[in-house]
Amino acid sequence: MTAVTARAVRQQQAGTPVELLGLRRRYGAVNALDGLDLTLVPGELLALLGPSGCGKTTALRILAGLEQPDAGRVLVAGQDVVGLPAHRREMGMVFQQYSLFPNMTARDNVAFGPRVRKQPASERRRRADELLELVGLGSHGDRYPHQLSGGQQQRVALARALAVSPRVLLLDEPLSALDAQVRAQLREEIRRLQRELGITTLFVTHDQEEALSLADRVGVMRAGRLEQLGPPEQVYHAPATPFVAEFVGAMNRIPGRVVGDGHVEVLGQRLEYAVDRLRSPGAPVEVLIRPEAVLPVPADAAATVVSRSFLGPVTRISVSSPQGGLVLADVSSVEAAALAPGTAVAVQLRRHPVLVRDPR
Amino acid sequence: MGAYFLVPVAAALEFALRGPNGTHSLAAFRDIAAQPELVPMLTVSLRIALGTLLITVALMVPTVVWVHLRLPRLRPLVEALSLLPLVVPVVVLVVGVLTAFADAPNLIKGTPAILALEYVALAMPFSYRALDAGVSAVRLPTLVEAARSLGANWPTVLLRVVVPNIRTAIVGSALLTTALVLGEFTMASLMLFDTFPTWMVRVGQQQAGVAVGLSVLVLLTSWALLLALSIAAGRPRGATSLFRRSS
Repeated sequence: MTAVTARAVRQQQAGTPVELLGLRRRYGAVNALDGLDLTLVPGELLALLGPSGCGKTTALRILAGLEQPDAGRVLVAGQDVVGLPAHRREMGMVFQQYSLFPNMTARDNVAFGPRVRKQPASERRRRADELLELVGLGSHGDRYPHQLSGGQQQRVALARALAVSPRVLLLDEPLSALDAQVRAQLREEIRRLQRELGITTLFVTHDQEEALSLADRVGVMRAGRLEQLGPPEQVYHAPATPFVAEFVGAMNRIPGRVVGDGHVEVLGQRLEYAVDRLRSPGAPVEVLIRPEAVLPVPADAAATVVSRSFLGPVTRISVSSPQGGLVLADVSSVEAAALAPGTAVAVQLRRHPVLVRDPR
Repeated sequence: MGAYFLVPVAAALEFALRGPNGTHSLAAFRDIAAQPELVPMLTVSLRIALGTLLITVALMVPTVVWVHLRLPRLRPLVEALSLLPLVVPVVVLVVGVLTAFADAPNLIKGTPAILALEYVALAMPFSYRALDAGVSAVRLPTLVEAARSLGANWPTVLLRVVVPNIRTAIVGSALLTTALVLGEFTMASLMLFDTFPTWMVRVGQQQAGVAVGLSVLVLLTSWALLLALSIAAGRPRGATSLFRRSS
């Protein structure tokens, strides 16, 4: 059913290109956006990821027309829409807070956009039912929002946003009010629908797992600027800056020392590092290493296992080492059996380039 | 607390029922129906009430919504302003209104229509608070943004989304306004207009029993309305506070 319905839902929006150019926005003393440039390829799902206050929501709201930029341009399908009020931008938006109209049934909520566009009653009803079907709530059309669970409400909100055949879909942390299981399920559905409909989608989140699993490309933001933009794998495995490295995924910061020709010495091992600027040999640095790149091996050595927490397929071990302080290691749960707290271990590091930063 | 309200009402009821030589009868209530001026006077006051609440709704709903959406930091200030009519003596208001409308057409300043304009101000402490509470109870900014992103312009947002979701608050402020108009004596009297309350006072000078019986009836009617409202709204706590403010 979904393929047929999805084709019916997909109308003119064969994926619209979006460009944000030099966006600036200031709230009092706070620079929410400090010259943001961002291009969305037609049909892609781009996730903006960042800590709260990094400007990601402001960027989305400017694209929606709910905020005005102080400077910069917003191009949708090549046209500047900065002067266009929100209700004429043809965008579908799902909010973090539950935003269904409490006085309307699920069906009337979905039909609100078509109704405002003066579509005939029979047609908008048919379309609303079709979209409710698409989000798996075909039998819930007569329910009021207070009779729906949080996850169901967000599904209806998604259907409502799609009902206007938006040129761009804007998702403002739509999953963060839901509990973990519903969140994972709805995440998959958003992905499936977005692929089927081919709508250019901007997804704003502070949850890195959500961003990495959902997006075609992830943009990591910090202080109103893009820190890195790339496919999830690249952002995770080849972070452009220490900030990205630490924000996306867990990260160890282990004291080390530059030893010349692009290498650092850390925990008694020599590793290549991504040279960001000239550092003189002997300079103290902090070396950023993912827990999965750390291998504690039982040995007669100075480091000891402090604690062990089971995370399913992997187990996170914390090791206390005389040179490195507390180091986290993710090992497969099978191997972790030999690493009970108190075990003496040697800490080995996987040999791939690492990022370094100046000690705080 | 309840006794504070109920004892005077019971005493008034007893007085209205009192006949000669310690007997009690419904004679006073029978006389109410026989008053030739009852219906015309009630009509005048109800028309003023209708005008007052139409102006109040048209003026206050957009104001409260706007303050909530765009000027949330000014809410305490606006609330303080809305309380001013309670602080400014009615005499001052009357003089102010007469000065302000000195050049207005006779249709406004020469008829009870001007009272509607004054009662809008007089009812503001109640109407503003009722609406403010209603708007605070819904997530207005999100609902409005959702409606806007779905293509609704401002009038559509107000009529289709805002008003239906604060309906109870609007009815509440309308009832409070009506209750106020049906009981307001000072201003009408100072402006030399004949309304239901001024007529009631006049009747009371000749037939005390009839006037008191009438006022008990009016009181009970407005209580019944407020009670019905609070039941319809299904919010016992909100209802109690409305109840107290109106008394």
